[in-house]
Amino acid sequence: MSEHKNHISTYKSQILVLLTLIMLTVLTVVITSVHLGPFNTAAAMLIASVKAAIVLLYFMHLKFDEKIYRFMVTLVLAIYAVVIIITFFDYLYR
Amino acid sequence: MEQNHVAHTDHFDPVASKIGMWLFIFTEILLFGGLFIVYSVYRYNHQVEFHLAAEELDVTIGLINTIILLISSMTVAMSITALQLGNKKLTLILLAATILLALVFLVNKYFEWGAKIHHDIYPGSEFLLSLSKGDMLFFGLYFFMTGLHALHIIAGLALLGVVFVKVKNGTVNQNRYSLLENGGLYWHLVDLIWIFLFPLFYLIH
Repeated sequence: MSEHKNHISTYKSQILVLLTLIMLTVLTVVITSVHLGPFNTAAAMLIASVKAAIVLLYFMHLKFDEKIYRFMVTLVLAIYAVVIIITFFDYLYR
Repeated sequence: MEQNHVAHTDHFDPVASKIGMWLFIFTEILLFGGLFIVYSVYRYNHQVEFHLAAEELDVTIGLINTIILLISSMTVAMSITALQLGNKKLTLILLAATILLALVFLVNKYFEWGAKIHHDIYPGSEFLLSLSKGDMLFFGLYFFMTGLHALHIIAGLALLGVVFVKVKNGTVNQNRYSLLENGGLYWHLVDLIWIFLFPLFYLIH
């Protein structure tokens, strides 16, 4: 019964995750300080999404927990993405 | 029969409990998600003003707060590991560290907002009303979204405080740590929202 509870993250892996996240944060600050026009925002959002994925998978344990949580989160994020796309179709082409 | 009786008096289903927590987190994603869409539409409509207004924000203090939240996310994740390994003392230390980092975040926020308000930038201030519509929208969203986020930090602090007490008195322990896990999930959500708030408000150049 407690089989699914058995994955225990190691302290070392958590420190590695933190270092990755801090590195990505510093990278965002560096990238956005260079003037690239609209690509600044695109790069910042891309890095933020990678960071969010790392937090979801490792800190929030989606990678190790039952698949049901991963399924639910993916579904909700997909619905949210659709709402964003529809909103911008409206604003870009009205 | 005996077993049935025990199961009845001691309802405990960690999977269901975590699903419940995730459902709650989805409502939070909906709340902030809506605000992020409002932000992006207004930014699309007032691009120049948003860029200029964002220059007013202090990147350094934003960066420090980002790193503080990331570290606090790690300490709360580690506290779960510690409890799973049966190290109650370390769990409590890590939870206390998380709470401390959250307080530091709020103190930083206090000084940051304080400086803005000192410069007469707050919703409804005369100075802000004299600026363009885009500036007003930027600062309105800045105060509302970071303020709502700060409220979530305070809620997280209260939750982690309860978890701390329950770990201490043994209600949350090595065999039953759903509350700690769910508190951790909430704390990571607060971190997750900040991961997007930081580049969207502080890093527009």
